[in-house]
Amino acid sequence: MNIVTLIILSPLLGTLVLAAVPQSNSRLVKIITLATSLLTAAISIAMALKYQPAKGGFQFVESHSWFKSFSINYAIGIDGLALVLILLTTLLVPIVVVGGWNESENGRWSVKTFYMLILVLETSLIAAFAATDVFLFYVIFEAMLIPVYFLIGGFGRGERAAAALKFLIYSLFGGLLMLAAVIGIYVVSIGQGAGTFDVTALSHLKISHQTQNWLFLGFFIAFAIKAPLFPFHTWLPGAAKSATPGTSILVLGVLDKVGTYGMIRFCLLLFPDATRTFAPYIIALSLISIIYGAILAIGQKDLNSLIAFTSISHFGFIVLGIFSLTSQGISGATLYMVNHGVSTAALFLAGGWMIARRKSTQVDDFGGVQRITPVMAWCFFIAGLSALALPGLSTFVSEFLVLIGTFTRYPVAGTIATLGIILAALYILYLVQRALHGPVKEGNEDMHDLTLREKIAIAPVIAALIFFGFYPKPMLNDINPMTSTLMSHISIADPTPLAGK
Amino acid sequence: MRTSNHLVYLIALPLFSSAILLLLGRIADKWGHLVATLVSGSAFAIGVSEFFKMHSQTGADRTATQKVFDWISVGSFKVTGSLMVDQLSICFVLLITGVGTLIHIYSIAYMSHDKDRRRFFAFLNLFIAAMLLLVLGDSYLNLYIGWEGVGLASYLLIGFWNQNPVYAVAAKKAFIANRVGDVGLSVAIMLSFAQFGTVSFTGVAEGAPHASSAALTAIGAMLLLAAAGKSAQFPLQSWLGDAMAGPTPVSALIHAATMVTAGVYLIARSHFIFDASPTARMLVISVGVITLLFGAIVGTAKDDIKKALAASTMSQIGYMILATGLGPVGYAFAIMHLLTHGFFKAGMFLGAGSVMHGMNDEVNMRKYGGLSKFMPITAVTFGLGYLAILGVPPFAGFYSKDKIIETAFNSGGSKAGLIGCAALLGAGITAFYMTRVFVMTFQGSRRWETESEPHESPFLMWGPMVVLAIGSVASGYLLSSGSALVNWLQPVVNASHVTHEKELLSPNTISGLALAAVIAGTSLAIVKYRRVSAKAPTNVSLLTLVARADLGQDNFNDRVLVKPGFAITRALLVVDHSVVDGAVRLVGWVVQEISDVLKKLQNGYVRSYALMMIVGVFICAFILWAVTS
Repeated sequence: MNIVTLIILSPLLGTLVLAAVPQSNSRLVKIITLATSLLTAAISIAMALKYQPAKGGFQFVESHSWFKSFSINYAIGIDGLALVLILLTTLLVPIVVVGGWNESENGRWSVKTFYMLILVLETSLIAAFAATDVFLFYVIFEAMLIPVYFLIGGFGRGERAAAALKFLIYSLFGGLLMLAAVIGIYVVSIGQGAGTFDVTALSHLKISHQTQNWLFLGFFIAFAIKAPLFPFHTWLPGAAKSATPGTSILVLGVLDKVGTYGMIRFCLLLFPDATRTFAPYIIALSLISIIYGAILAIGQKDLNSLIAFTSISHFGFIVLGIFSLTSQGISGATLYMVNHGVSTAALFLAGGWMIARRKSTQVDDFGGVQRITPVMAWCFFIAGLSALALPGLSTFVSEFLVLIGTFTRYPVAGTIATLGIILAALYILYLVQRALHGPVKEGNEDMHDLTLREKIAIAPVIAALIFFGFYPKPMLNDINPMTSTLMSHISIADPTPLAGK
Repeated sequence: MRTSNHLVYLIALPLFSSAILLLLGRIADKWGHLVATLVSGSAFAIGVSEFFKMHSQTGADRTATQKVFDWISVGSFKVTGSLMVDQLSICFVLLITGVGTLIHIYSIAYMSHDKDRRRFFAFLNLFIAAMLLLVLGDSYLNLYIGWEGVGLASYLLIGFWNQNPVYAVAAKKAFIANRVGDVGLSVAIMLSFAQFGTVSFTGVAEGAPHASSAALTAIGAMLLLAAAGKSAQFPLQSWLGDAMAGPTPVSALIHAATMVTAGVYLIARSHFIFDASPTARMLVISVGVITLLFGAIVGTAKDDIKKALAASTMSQIGYMILATGLGPVGYAFAIMHLLTHGFFKAGMFLGAGSVMHGMNDEVNMRKYGGLSKFMPITAVTFGLGYLAILGVPPFAGFYSKDKIIETAFNSGGSKAGLIGCAALLGAGITAFYMTRVFVMTFQGSRRWETESEPHESPFLMWGPMVVLAIGSVASGYLLSSGSALVNWLQPVVNASHVTHEKELLSPNTISGLALAAVIAGTSLAIVKYRRVSAKAPTNVSLLTLVARADLGQDNFNDRVLVKPGFAITRALLVVDHSVVDGAVRLVGWVVQEISDVLKKLQNGYVRSYALMMIVGVFICAFILWAVTS
């Protein structure tokens, strides 16, 4: 069996096993979920080791006809972009399971349902990154809304039902636009010979600039909602506020990356002329996102929505890098997707533990946590430093690549974006000062420090933040060939140095 | 160019030790400080051996490099994790590890009562590692890692007692001011890459002659902004006074001798940019002059001994920055003042710590007085540092500061006289406020009210103070005799390249004037502060009031940045909820209303459904026609 299909199917297999476990035995449910996710992670690492970065193009490809009459295929393949995002997904799921061991206990439905949903979500995320058939991608893009809808609506806190519905409607609206564009490009392909949904075949079509513009917008808006970019962001803080930490990690850390992934895979690859047309406007939007998200993060009182707004700012950086149309920008943005996933995981893990212990999400209810639970506070602090892209941590490498790539083509935009690094320091350090420093606030005295299980969950996350800060080479080796293939395909070259030697 | 295999240990040892101390936690409480001190000492030993290796070489072989790993490579953007030591960076290596080790030793005693002493030493080691990376990185991006690393260490150490909210705020303020500087560094790096296609020092140096003067000025201005953040120069100076919240050894090491001088290093290291841009040099000179006067004026009104010394540091670094703006030989004098300042200011800070140690952590000089009787060693070592900063011959500051004043007067151009006079005035004010500190602390009558008498500090504390005092006496002479430092740095910054400007004043005249300014300042202070009251007088001149309020720097920041910033945040919170999300809710509401209307069409009559079908068919046909034609 194709190794990618195996990775896609293994969480689903775990779901089937879970279905046979009695609801009451939640411990067994968790163990099976953990084992499944570890197995999936192991297979994906095996795949990464077999992957040949230098070869470029899609590897481990597999294609089976699905709807013959519309030439829709189950077609999958892996390039550098898909590889790093699949690794992010499969490695985060076990951490989510271990880190949030008890987070599903007080949901509307059973623990068993929670973990079945998590595993279904994992499968759909992997499949979305692996799909090379545009229609297949669309189907998965829509299908993954279902587990997330139930995860937020059934297991969160506060106004979880409203938040879940808002997420669903936003996403469905985007999906509708994308469906129109998917059908549109299929029609174009019929006009030029044979109808196809194969992304590589589609990338060789000759599409008029006007048509490209419309199709581009259909895809882009769907992705801008998912990513989310200003002004399509208002579903995210609500979702983060309500969801359990584990759900938040998978939604903000991974699911949202489907949006930025789609921008590279479909918008840039299929519609290069439209990309060039819209790039300046999208860059303006991403700058607004960076600054706007950061300023709103400073003003948040709720810890979860604060993290959500920092993510909006970070998604601004990712989109900025992609549409800078430079190799540093695109590779940097791809690296940023992974690093942001890891950084978000660290924030929601440590933040989630703080919230669970304090039984409050309000930043002002904390205070002096550093003195009571030093290890937990340190974990949260390091997570915060990764959010402000401290040089020496992995997030710095990706943020700086995005900035420098943007600067070579759009110096003004690149300079404005650097303001984000001041604002990031403000929202993180202001948060750290309020939550961790100062005298111990009433209600925090009895908080206990991290348990061994929690330490095991967050240790690899922090190790990755530090390791890839100094040695991003393994990831960049996978990503760079994808970037150069893409850029040569859409015939865009990096600007050359201005001062000739 | 040699290659070396040992440079990486300079950084790896303290970094590793720091990580171990933090990860082991309480287990390492008993011996953590010893390990940290030993590691710092080993780094010093490696530094000394590197120095002698370098000294035994000639020409280009004095520079040694070491490639450690491949760091980032995307397209033409390639940065390796590489280190480089040359005549400039070895000065810093010796200063950082030498003074650093002394301060480690001092802190063993100073922090002995703190239950978090291990953590303190872990942070000190982290600082040493980051600062060494800052001066050893071979590219701007490598420097950036160290640059931010020292900022982090500084943040952690200023906020070492962050259970006190004031200290926590001070730490945050320092980090954020530095981040503003980081924008400068980031943009400078991006400009360099856009211009030259590289961010390594050698690459940028090679490309600089081919760049437009506008580009060079922009890079220079951005580097200056970075330097202003790190070195507490105008307009990013406001954090340094608050940074005194950190334990005093930290103030000595980070906020006097080493980290705050990183801006001077950055400009000297980037001399190829500033050499090619007179406008950038003029900016550097302006910032230096403003800050040296600013700091000196603030220093005259502070009753907190550490804040007075912090203002002095700001002012002295102003001198260094000024010197770097004065052309090739200025770099060498800036570094010379940086090294002598490293001795005398670190020494005085340790002295202040020793006073606090013997005075139950009292920092208000109005509660001191007559301490020389009780703390003779502290008084003498502090006194030697005091003479050095005044610039009294033959102490260290005489050699380094006079050279800067002299270079300023003779720098040519229409403003040389003005710059020189400002530097001279600064020297006079320095004498005034430092005499004030010395007299209020060690002379006069006792003004403390505590039961216990002040006591001299233990050997572990006064030992390092004595070593630094010796440096305060001798380092100036040693560095300048036979132009030792100027010649040493010549290959890096072209220091002995003298532009033959018309001499405005002869060196002897300038020395005479400087001495006169010092005598005037000192006498005035002695007269004024021979007797001081234990409470700060309230009916004081406007100048004193303004100086006490740091020339209104916090007031300005508060009104121009903080308050409007929070107003914008609050406004955007409303906008996000009412306008952006409001539009979304409006769409939702409209859809709901429409569906209520449409619901009525579902009336169950077949004939109305048939009618709608026909309308639908026509609409579809119309669209098809519109699309295909």
